[in-house]
Amino acid sequence: MNFGYYPGCSLSGTAKEFNLSLKEVLKNLDTDLQEINDWCCCGASSAHSASHLLAIALPARNLMLAKEQGMTEVVAPCAACFNRLKVSQHELKTDEHIRIKTEELLETKYSDGLEVLNLISLFQKIGLDKIKSHNKIDISHLNVACYYGCLLLRPYDILKFDDPEKPTLMEEVVKATGAKPVDWNFKVECCGAAHSIAHTEIVENLSMKILDDAVHHKADVIVVACPMCHSNLDMRQKNIIKHNPGRMEIPILYLSQLIGLSMGLNHKKLGLDLHFIDTAPLIASLIEKEVAV
Amino acid sequence: MRIGVFICHCGENIGRTVDCPSVAKACANFSGVVHAEDYKYMCSDPGQNLIKQAIKEKNLDAVVVGSCSPHMHEKTFRKACSDAGINPYLVEMANLREHCSWIHDDVPLATKKAIDLVRMLVEKVKFNEPLIPIRVPVTKRALVIGGGISGIQASLDIANAGYEVVLVEKEPSIGGHMSQLSETFPTLDCSQCILTPRMVEVYQHPRIKLMSYSEVENVEGFIGNFSVTIRKKARSVKDELCTGCGLCVQKCPIKKVALSDFDEGLATRPAMYVPFPQAVPNIPVIDRSVCTYFKTGKCQLCKKVCGREAIDFEQQDQFIKEDVGAIIVATGYKLYTIDKKPDDNPIKGYGEYGYGKYKNVINGLQFERIASASGPSSGEMIRPSDKTVPKKIVFIQCVGSRDESKGFSYCSKICCMYTAKHAMLYKHKVHDGEAYVFYMDIRAGGKNYDEFVRRAIEEDGVKYIRGRVSKIFEENGKLIVKGEDTIAGVRVEIDADMVVLATAMTAQSDSSKLAQTLSVSYDKYGFINEAHPKLKPVETSTGGIFIAGACNAPRDIPDSVSMASAAAAKALVLFGSDVLEREPVVAKVNEATCAGCFYCQKVCAYNAVEQKEIKDRQGNVIKVVAYVNSGLCQGCGTCNATCPSKSIELLGFKDDQIYAQINSFAEVF
Repeated sequence: MNFGYYPGCSLSGTAKEFNLSLKEVLKNLDTDLQEINDWCCCGASSAHSASHLLAIALPARNLMLAKEQGMTEVVAPCAACFNRLKVSQHELKTDEHIRIKTEELLETKYSDGLEVLNLISLFQKIGLDKIKSHNKIDISHLNVACYYGCLLLRPYDILKFDDPEKPTLMEEVVKATGAKPVDWNFKVECCGAAHSIAHTEIVENLSMKILDDAVHHKADVIVVACPMCHSNLDMRQKNIIKHNPGRMEIPILYLSQLIGLSMGLNHKKLGLDLHFIDTAPLIASLIEKEVAV
Repeated sequence: MRIGVFICHCGENIGRTVDCPSVAKACANFSGVVHAEDYKYMCSDPGQNLIKQAIKEKNLDAVVVGSCSPHMHEKTFRKACSDAGINPYLVEMANLREHCSWIHDDVPLATKKAIDLVRMLVEKVKFNEPLIPIRVPVTKRALVIGGGISGIQASLDIANAGYEVVLVEKEPSIGGHMSQLSETFPTLDCSQCILTPRMVEVYQHPRIKLMSYSEVENVEGFIGNFSVTIRKKARSVKDELCTGCGLCVQKCPIKKVALSDFDEGLATRPAMYVPFPQAVPNIPVIDRSVCTYFKTGKCQLCKKVCGREAIDFEQQDQFIKEDVGAIIVATGYKLYTIDKKPDDNPIKGYGEYGYGKYKNVINGLQFERIASASGPSSGEMIRPSDKTVPKKIVFIQCVGSRDESKGFSYCSKICCMYTAKHAMLYKHKVHDGEAYVFYMDIRAGGKNYDEFVRRAIEEDGVKYIRGRVSKIFEENGKLIVKGEDTIAGVRVEIDADMVVLATAMTAQSDSSKLAQTLSVSYDKYGFINEAHPKLKPVETSTGGIFIAGACNAPRDIPDSVSMASAAAAKALVLFGSDVLEREPVVAKVNEATCAGCFYCQKVCAYNAVEQKEIKDRQGNVIKVVAYVNSGLCQGCGTCNATCPSKSIELLGFKDDQIYAQINSFAEVF
């Protein structure tokens, strides 16, 4: 299998381990990623607060490049990139005015028909049975809280991905790894997102509630598919515990890392040593289990 | 032809912008016009007398009145002319008010336009033919569909006026949603206590034929002459033999198999059941999907105990034909479902409230059953999950209503009132309990309604919070309700023991199918449309079919009852005469030129076009042509416009009449 690949900025910076683990897992699943040559920023959360046209044109440029380079499906693992690419596609399809302006700006004709995939829909596409067939390590004792955040699901009318209030598609992938998804309350609750820099206390407060609810529902690990969610839940966690004592650490993994674990892939290659919250106890529990088996 | 023209000033309405004497003067010169005059109020008695007098003196045989819209006074002028001996269909009206004076301000130009408008009608009337109203016989018998409070009221009114009624109810018992309610607002009287006497009255009434567990399958015919096919579903009990002793229900070994619809899924019922103790008729039904006999061929315990030998496992659905003259649709509503997300659209529904995941999140009708003395807890205020008394209860209004993105844009009208009632009933039973209501607005329009809500707030101490709830989740056995108080501007979190959602009232799921069977129009939500929102609230687009209650829009009991009586009155008006006179403005087929393509049949919205065989003297069919049933035709003219061989004409609006009108206007340029 072969997919176009739009890594976006996070995956080469704060979410390096997301990139590492995804590539490692896909290699193991005989799936190739072809990076879009000369890709640029998707505009993220900044562009659309400055200029509507820019917010549409930046992703449009990447979509056009992908098309030119012969791609039919493009994977955007970062939830924000996925969201921006989909919104841009939607606007170009439904708003003729903005399409003409974008085409003028980019000096290229836009044509629809590219499928944009997020991390979850990528694994759904590759096939849950295929993931199951690659399981090497028994991780069935792991209770997993699937955290979706906002950008993967909203606005539904544009993304048409999963139920924005009660999503279940990530749980299906987790089940394929053998781990146990837990039923919990805060899988679409806000983590505080970009307030991370300017209003850290808001993020700490909101993320704390998410962490607490996951722990309360007996989760051993929270799995995410968004670099922003990851940084808020992982990077801010030590401070959350410092400011609100009496809490246990809970590791935050990317979905691709969890799949990598079940495949028995090298922990370093999955970037499991790059988190703020130590993943060693989690890995140790897997080894113990393996020894016991 | 001798035509008279009469120009009305309509006080100042026309006279201010149109120079009426000049119009009359100009019209006097049109060919065929032998008389023209103007007057301040042509619709007044003296005005009408002017017309009558001129008809007699000048021996007029056609009249054109230049005044207001024909919607206002066509009847008036037709009647006046008819009294003076002219066929009413030789009277035309030029609309000088809505089409001219009200929309212009330049007097010379408006006057010129008024003259043109009159001239066009003068040319048209030259081609008018005398028409005779269509007379159809009336079957003085009514069909009422739906046995809720609306259907019961309409049936009793018609039957008490001396006419026969066929009442069809799809459930095993009549009573509808009202029989499920505990107490009713704004008086808190017991719902069943006021309803059941009416149900019994229906059952005992010599002129009401009650067909419960039955559905309308097909409707043919037209106003005064409907032929209805009713499917009488197999009860597996012979209703003519059953005495309602209830032994079979007691002995049925399949006790707790199905969730009771009547108790809104909060209790179970046997395979053989009567929905509730006061059911009318008190005849049990076998639920074949769960009955042991129907599944395995064994048991038959009910048959063994029945002394009347009324049990009939072989019974089939029966189709019964009834002839009626009027139909009243009173099929009611259902509640918006919170149990699961709708399959067709994942964003509809309220995932954030749990989709029926939490046992203690219930809807309004479920609360009614909990509060009702006849309910599963005999009126004890206990929550479904563990049967304990909830000490803190949250009511959420507008779940599905006034919420376009997740539900419907309309207001369900009754929820503000029943939520206040629920909160009150709760406080009356659980004195130390706390009740919270989240609302958007309180809409308590109605006699003693606002006072009722104030009572809940001021006397019973129900806490009203203006704002929406964003999420409900369970934590440590409590339901955490997260919302906002938009008046105080703060976020609110309540740890409740039970949550009641005032879910939207929606149309019955099969209402659009029924509407199609009846050829009546319905809105995008499935509610059946009234013919006019103000002046014809109980009529439908099809003559002889009336509506009552919540099948038309969300409606409470007093409104439904009033509407039912109004619909009954409309049916009785119909039964007031032996024959029905209808406007003769209907389509007519020229059988000589009709090619039998039947495009007209395809486009007719009223099923008025039929196929007719033309035979020679030996009885051989020569050709098949279109035939318009004038009883059904509404005179819309669609067939007229569609016919490729110009073989259909709309009487009163024939092609030569319309072309004469257009040509006379074209001549001016």
